[in-house]
Amino acid sequence: MSELIVEDVSFAYEKENIIEDIQIELHDHELVSLLGASGGGKTTLFHVISGLAKPGKGRVLLDGKDITGQPGHVSYMLQKDLLLPYRTIEDNVALPMEIKGMKKKEARKRAGEFFKEFGLEGTQKKYPRQLSGGMRQRAALLRTYMFSKNVALLDEPFSALDTLTKHDMHEWYLKVMDKIKMSTLFITHDIEEAILLSDRIYLLTGKPGRITEEIVIREPKPRRKDFNLTREFLEYKKRILAKL
Amino acid sequence: MTKKLQNITSKAWSLAAVIAILIIWQIASSTGLVLEFMLPAPTAVVKAFFEDFPALMTNARVTLLEAFAGLLLGVAIGFIMAVLMDRFRHLYQAFYPLIVLTQTIPTVAIAPLLVLWFGYEMMPKIILIVIVTFFPVTVSLLEGFRSADQDTIQLLRSMGASQVQIFRYVKFPGALNRFFSSLRIAVSYAVVGAVISEWLGGFEGLGVYMTRVKQAFAFDKMFAVIFLISAISLILMWLVDRIQKWCMPWEKAEK
Repeated sequence: MSELIVEDVSFAYEKENIIEDIQIELHDHELVSLLGASGGGKTTLFHVISGLAKPGKGRVLLDGKDITGQPGHVSYMLQKDLLLPYRTIEDNVALPMEIKGMKKKEARKRAGEFFKEFGLEGTQKKYPRQLSGGMRQRAALLRTYMFSKNVALLDEPFSALDTLTKHDMHEWYLKVMDKIKMSTLFITHDIEEAILLSDRIYLLTGKPGRITEEIVIREPKPRRKDFNLTREFLEYKKRILAKL
Repeated sequence: MTKKLQNITSKAWSLAAVIAILIIWQIASSTGLVLEFMLPAPTAVVKAFFEDFPALMTNARVTLLEAFAGLLLGVAIGFIMAVLMDRFRHLYQAFYPLIVLTQTIPTVAIAPLLVLWFGYEMMPKIILIVIVTFFPVTVSLLEGFRSADQDTIQLLRSMGASQVQIFRYVKFPGALNRFFSSLRIAVSYAVVGAVISEWLGGFEGLGVYMTRVKQAFAFDKMFAVIFLISAISLILMWLVDRIQKWCMPWEKAEK
């Protein structure tokens, strides 16, 4: 059970509000997207939720507990994989547990249990540079998962990949998420990606950024293979485009 | 495979150049083009090296001891300074210019002073080596720490990592490459520094031995020492290389 509530959050940089009165909720096992233009304050909001930045106003609650300005509660994955080049994949994935104080051996063992599920078999002893971009992103996602099984913040995790790899990653991602059921808040500026993956979408627009719309995607999961070619999909896309 | 082959060919070329120089030198000496006592023939140098081998080794032992002690201390001090200056900005602002200043002091000028202050034993030599070796280590490590990827640091912070953990998992391993480059420089500085400080006062060591054979105009022995010192530096640099490869296995991991 995990539920994340962002309550009335505003954040200013040099006296200018970047985001204002942000009110969002993330329920258990949900995948919610934050969709908006680049530079619209999405990453700032993630910094606040992850505890890296303290908001000028508002609170962040995880299962009812105030975690405003405290790092270490929700896991955060950035656009770049940020795997440490001098650690093997298994040691990269085990890193968040080591930081929490777990012994290296134990951390490796725990991480090892998920390699198959994440489609990473056989990469344990490899170094990041020996892997393709897609595989590295999988490893980064597993590391995110190992850090916290409650709530994950993913900041455009697939945007640096080429279109074909991205397509594969979407399929892979939906499959994995169906099994591990992690509550996820997902930043993207790709409308189709948002519709394809999310249960709900928040639109973050304007300057300062505000949540201007909430769209529920009523397509059951796991999603149909050709969902992105259906009329419903296009309807959602039209609706979003009109609001952006 | 082709890379390996290229490597071998490039090595073959440099080897050929060395051999060519040696042959020309030998011919110049044995035909009397250069006076034998001014520039002894390579064969004479080799002969002197083997004749003097025991004396060379006893003296090399002392020089190496000084070099190692000085290098170890220099690296330790360099490491501590880099860590402190990375952690505390004001320390950096206060001491960095001073550290740069220490490097503008000519070694040859302060070595006699150190002898005056600390005597003819090992102490002044080790101090001199520390002065010349800590600098490259400090600068390279500091640069390495400071160039750590900010996004990676943010990621670790979001995981709740402490400053010490960020240092251990990101900054330190990220600075290793630069550290080893500076260590290669520091190693050769240490050997040369030991020899120079021995020139200016001491009882034993390759530097002392060098002054002695120079005063006896035994240039063949002089060259034997010079080559020995070069060889020691080269071997030590190679050793640093091996240690680096061993410490950084990810560098050679095949794609």
